[in-house]
Amino acid sequence: MRYLPLSDAERGEMMKTIGVSSIDEIFSDVPESARLDGLIDLPRQKSEMEVERALRKLSNMSLSAGEAPFFCGAGAYRHHVPASVDHIIQRSEFLTAYTPYQPEISQGTLQTLFEFQTQVALLTGMEVANASMYDGSTSTAEAVLMAARVTRRNKCVFAPGLHPHYAEATQMLARTTDIDITEIPSAIDADAQVIDQIDDETACVVVQTPNVFGTLVDLELIAKAAHEKGALVIAVVTEVVSLGAVKSPGEMGADIVTAEGQSIGNPLTFGGPYVGLFACREKFVRQMPGRLAGETVDADGNRGFVLTLSTREQHIRRGRATSNICTNAGLCALAWTIHMTLLGEKGLRELATLNHRRARQLAERLGKLDGVEVVTPRFFNEFALRLAKPAAGVVETLAAQNVLAGVPFSRLDPNAGLHDILLVAVTETVTDDDFDALENALKGAL
Amino acid sequence: MNTLNKQGRPSRPAVAQAENEGQFETFSGSKALQQTELLLFDRGDNERTGVDLPETPDIADDLGDFARKDAIGLPGLTEPEAMRHYVRLSQKNYAIDLGVYPLGSCTMKHNPRLNEKMARLPGFGDLHPLQPESTVQGALALMDQLSHWLTTLTGMPAVALSPKAGAHGELCGMLAIRAKLDADGQTKRRRVLVPDSAHGTNPATAVQCGFTVDEIPSDDTGRVDLEALKGKLGDDVAGIMLTNPNTCGLFERDIRTIADLIHEAGGYFYCDGANFNAIVGRVRPGDLGVDAMHINLHKTFSTPHGGGGPGAGPTVFSDALAPYAPVPYVVKDGDKWKLVERNEDAEGAPFGRMSAFHGQMGMFVRALSYMMSHGADGLKQASEDAVLNANYLLALLDGPMTRAFDGYCMHEALFNDNFLKDTGVETLDFAKAMIDEGYHPMTMYFPLVVHGALLIEPTESESKTSLDRFADTLLALAEAAKAGETERFKQAPVHAPLRRLDETRAARQPVLRWKPAEAEAQAAQ
Repeated sequence: MRYLPLSDAERGEMMKTIGVSSIDEIFSDVPESARLDGLIDLPRQKSEMEVERALRKLSNMSLSAGEAPFFCGAGAYRHHVPASVDHIIQRSEFLTAYTPYQPEISQGTLQTLFEFQTQVALLTGMEVANASMYDGSTSTAEAVLMAARVTRRNKCVFAPGLHPHYAEATQMLARTTDIDITEIPSAIDADAQVIDQIDDETACVVVQTPNVFGTLVDLELIAKAAHEKGALVIAVVTEVVSLGAVKSPGEMGADIVTAEGQSIGNPLTFGGPYVGLFACREKFVRQMPGRLAGETVDADGNRGFVLTLSTREQHIRRGRATSNICTNAGLCALAWTIHMTLLGEKGLRELATLNHRRARQLAERLGKLDGVEVVTPRFFNEFALRLAKPAAGVVETLAAQNVLAGVPFSRLDPNAGLHDILLVAVTETVTDDDFDALENALKGAL
Repeated sequence: MNTLNKQGRPSRPAVAQAENEGQFETFSGSKALQQTELLLFDRGDNERTGVDLPETPDIADDLGDFARKDAIGLPGLTEPEAMRHYVRLSQKNYAIDLGVYPLGSCTMKHNPRLNEKMARLPGFGDLHPLQPESTVQGALALMDQLSHWLTTLTGMPAVALSPKAGAHGELCGMLAIRAKLDADGQTKRRRVLVPDSAHGTNPATAVQCGFTVDEIPSDDTGRVDLEALKGKLGDDVAGIMLTNPNTCGLFERDIRTIADLIHEAGGYFYCDGANFNAIVGRVRPGDLGVDAMHINLHKTFSTPHGGGGPGAGPTVFSDALAPYAPVPYVVKDGDKWKLVERNEDAEGAPFGRMSAFHGQMGMFVRALSYMMSHGADGLKQASEDAVLNANYLLALLDGPMTRAFDGYCMHEALFNDNFLKDTGVETLDFAKAMIDEGYHPMTMYFPLVVHGALLIEPTESESKTSLDRFADTLLALAEAAKAGETERFKQAPVHAPLRRLDETRAARQPVLRWKPAEAEAQAAQ
């Protein structure tokens, strides 16, 4: 077996040193009734070539995004990731290192996390950010719990433009707590409705911008109303490239920002692993979930970085931790930070403008088709179309023609009565030929 | 090596230490292969970029008041600068590919590169989670195959793939238990038994699920104290969270009895599967009476740790809990695969959804690639080699170092700090001295039930030669400690990129991000 260095002769010698004659003796603590005879009924070991052949066959069964005109978004976006990003994250020193608990020999990971935290804080307009969460949805769920801890209140309101899967993931985490969540039925441009639901017991409102329909949401109005009642605003961003062109949530008054970072540095990979961003005001830092890297000095006075404020975390505080979270999205956060460094302010702004204008171009073309109406009032790079037919069927029809037209809203929430809504995202990877293909295919299907 | 301070000067006093007599501080601050590297924010600027984009259409934006006006302050680097920045930083990290990484309970085994290549195949890496089912059949088939391997290896009937890490898997398992109890009207059952040797995630998870935690002591063999456990059973017990092999690296001999006791008391058995790697192919948790167990794909099935994630924590379930497993999940329907995404489409009563999409697909591909490579025979051999390696180290080190418990260990060998008694050297110092010797320290001060614990997990990836050298080094260090070479330990590390870091300062005066000089100056005033 190519991954196992011990030879049979060495195994024999080692057993002699241990003082046993067979490996079974070492496993003698296993109850007899649970000891397996022989091998489990699964295939035997395979060469690298055979494994590759089998997995390639599975890979080829799907229609990958790069093979088709592609317009899916709704929380995951196909952006171009520079080749150097994937190269660096595959360096052994990053790929095969553990959590940086020994800072003297983990400065590579720790300094990149410190850079990551700074970039996230700058981008979201917040004072501090943590070293990442599993993904945007779990980050949002943790933010709701944190808001309840900070405000010592237990009511939470979801805006009608919150991604339904984010709502579900948050409900899941909150259902065993005393947090009481009010959900407003999904709507394209009605997020200000949360204001009517805020009262003196409200811990937080959760507002996504651009929302799940692509609508840019004015957080300032909502933040003003929330803060008057002592409630916090959790701003959710599922397309972080938007922050290169639109005002940051921090600038608009958000108290906590959670985001899906996948757009920067990370491929689609069928939904994961992604990287959750979590940023907030500095005064809440001791209530934050997740790991934090911080600056300090070594015994010689040289600048260095460590994981810090770990008394919030489960490995120290156990049952009284701020969250049960242990791992972060280390390597995905590294990819994020490398890609962001390559972009820089200049590249990010250009990328965002390109996305926005390309989306405008497509919206304008599609809006002219019979049976198609663009219903998102003001968007970044994703918009909702109202079709003359149920969107799910149209998407299926177009997929059969190798056009991945977008996400039917009914896939996210079949009970919202929005079966005619199709979510269409445009990134820099989409070409004019792709526009033509979608336009023609839609004409045919409607 | 020297790092530059914020003014860009080498900040270590240029006084040669006695042991470095005749060595000079370098002018650059770098030392041969160890290069100093500034923070990105000390060197990049807002005008530089390493990405060229297609031309932007010459049309107007339509962002109205939403348009961002002020500078964000994000520095950029061109590609050659960025490569050098991150490659230099990478060289300040220890890694499995560099040497023995014996972190107990963390399982730092070799990460086969085939798995990296497979995860990047377009039919896995370049698929959107919300593409139509008809266009993602290969991905669903892969998830189905992975499920088959995991349920077969664990002897459990069902698996939820979506949990995103071990702790997320714990949450998944405990929420299923909670859902089952609630469905059966057992709403008084809110107490969860957790051994004092457990990972911190166990009590944290139980509390997050609305349970209270009742700690069970360990006995003097390092296992659950069965009598104490019996004393804690009652009609308010929801279940137990037990790691097996446990965090002392020992197999819980009474595990069947424990499972029976818990079940008779009306509770459920959550097994923390962090140490499943010790028994894969030899023992099926399903045969031990387990109701739910998460599997850390990044431990047992070698998906890379990546400096702290991403993990993946698929969770297997017994028949009793399977109906409550979360959405989404994959089912085979004739010759097609379907994704069940909503509670109302499910056969059972799922407790909900753990996260936005379907789980850590990239990790699924790597784990399946690992399992297919090993096969049933290789997986069994890997477990046996991991256990053999740990016991070999235990045998070589026992005596000069003091083992915590008698008997054979499983995949990790646990020592206490008795051998350091009266030497003035503590576990932490001993670990830091290992850094100077070119080794990553073992897990320290965990589990909490052993004084000054040193938990060594060599994994199956180490050769005999490597273990012999490693043991020789530890024995030499133990001897040096006893010989009174205290300074060797107290000063350590002296050969690492940095000396010991001031963690107290980091926590008392948290600096969690870089700030522009003017902002810092303002804050100081």
